[in-house]
Amino acid sequence: MRKKRWANAKEAAIRAFFFTCGVLAILVLIGIFLTLLTTAIPAFREIHIGKFLTGKVWDPTSPEEVKYGILSMIVSSLLVTFGALVIAVPIGIGVAAYLSDVAHWRVREIVKPIVEILAGIPSVVVGFLGIVLFAPAIAKLFHIGHGLTAVNGSVLLAIMALPTIISISEDSLNAVPRAYTEASLALGASRWQTLFRVKVPAALSGIIAASMLGMGRAIGETMTVLMATGNARTFPNFPQGFLKSVRTMTANIAIELGEVPFFTTHYYALFAIGLVLFVMTFLVNLVADVILRKYQEREQ
Amino acid sequence: MKRAKIFTALVLALLGLAGIAAAQRAKMIQIKGSDTLVNLVQILAETYMEKNPGAALAVLGGGSSTGIAGLTNGTCEIANHSREWKQKEIDLAWEKGVKPRFFVVAVDGVSIIVNEKNPLDELKMSDVGALYRGDIKNWKAVGGPSQAVSLYGRQSNSGTYVFMQEHVLGMKNYSTDMKEMNGNAQIIEGVIQDAGGIGYVGVGYLFDESGNVRKGIRVLKISNGGAAFSPLDKAAVDSGDYPVSRPLYQATKGKPSAAAAEFIQFEISDEGQKIVEREGFFPISAAHRAANEKNLR
Repeated sequence: MRKKRWANAKEAAIRAFFFTCGVLAILVLIGIFLTLLTTAIPAFREIHIGKFLTGKVWDPTSPEEVKYGILSMIVSSLLVTFGALVIAVPIGIGVAAYLSDVAHWRVREIVKPIVEILAGIPSVVVGFLGIVLFAPAIAKLFHIGHGLTAVNGSVLLAIMALPTIISISEDSLNAVPRAYTEASLALGASRWQTLFRVKVPAALSGIIAASMLGMGRAIGETMTVLMATGNARTFPNFPQGFLKSVRTMTANIAIELGEVPFFTTHYYALFAIGLVLFVMTFLVNLVADVILRKYQEREQ
Repeated sequence: MKRAKIFTALVLALLGLAGIAAAQRAKMIQIKGSDTLVNLVQILAETYMEKNPGAALAVLGGGSSTGIAGLTNGTCEIANHSREWKQKEIDLAWEKGVKPRFFVVAVDGVSIIVNEKNPLDELKMSDVGALYRGDIKNWKAVGGPSQAVSLYGRQSNSGTYVFMQEHVLGMKNYSTDMKEMNGNAQIIEGVIQDAGGIGYVGVGYLFDESGNVRKGIRVLKISNGGAAFSPLDKAAVDSGDYPVSRPLYQATKGKPSAAAAEFIQFEISDEGQKIVEREGFFPISAAHRAANEKNLR
């Protein structure tokens, strides 16, 4: 009897512990959001929020006229991320399809861990590669003076987003019921047709979710773009902006937050950029989550 | 979960170390500020500590603004700064009862560099300003080849960024097309690879290990209404004829403490100035020396 009570108490304690862990994650998220919000809001005592979001010029230390417009940075962030997805999604899906359907299992056992190691390369190393390897190559390829451009950032972010995209896409391709493949092959479809007309569409929501998660990774990446994209504050037009230097939101925060006098409009404005970024990544992750959930529901 | 635990342990260990460090720091002379000065002062401090085993100095970077704020707030005893104090900063210091005294410890020439393929040999100071403001976008306008100008500069937290803006750009905005690089070395790398590139860097960064100007760049002579002078010309920088030069300062809270004064004395001594030269800066002039001596008393 006593033993049983003891066991119950232990169970309750363990349950409470895990509950606390779960709640803690949520509390931290809410805490970060509230800190961001309360530190960002004072910025708008002096900055018009419309001008903040639509102004193209950011020059908070200007001796002429101080300006806080972040549109150039939002567009730059989106441009670099878009470029990264254009490169990473086709390659990612290709690799995932190869690993799940084409590769010999021995090859897969070697390649898959290597892809996952790719995710562990520190971003500062990727950024350095961008400076010494990709930037000169891009300058030569496009006959421009220098390679510290948006497209350089895109290539590097694509490399960093690839492991996420490959890993989740491959999982979702593997999760397609065997019956689909067998039915398709039995109807006389080739393996190629089966893969691209049956399996990929069936796994599409998983692949889209993988791409969105990769995008979330790319848009929030800081060190790599800070090192590789030149950080010019100019507004990038589409599409020639790809070959210009750009400054993303993350790079701007990283450059200026270390040096800004505390509790000034400039300080609050940097947090406001952080808030905009947070909302953007949150939305991307939310959409990815909704798609992923739909896909899981359908499978059940 | 395991990773989180290791992380927590690491953070705790770091906090502990920070605590020990803070306790030791109490006896140390804290020097903080300009990134242009941090390496030089670090070497000066090391040499000084070798000769005076009891002395303890800690040198940190962070930028001129950081050092100035640190001196005002009492987090450092000596502030390194590569620009003069703004009126706002002086007012704030006086409000807090800090009456800064300034010492010139070295002279820095900001050199203007272009790619070696650019045939240009000299520029007017006003043209350098116009290039960096974005008013001139093609090298043709200043007598160069017909090629787009590609600007390289420092980030807004750098003392050199502010110095250029005040001294060369005439308190006007930088062009938003300027690429803002992480440091002097990155600017040089950029200009070496970019045929249309122009950059500004501290003189100390121009040389390779054997003391020659690095391959791939050309150091421009600069004129300001007269003859053009090169920053590599010691006499011109010393006399102030090279227009893009600036004194590098240290500031103390009022009259420096005995320990701080002794270190500053060492920096401006012949021995200290030899190190200054060896590190690629210029030694201070006689006028600076006289002003320093007065401030030490």
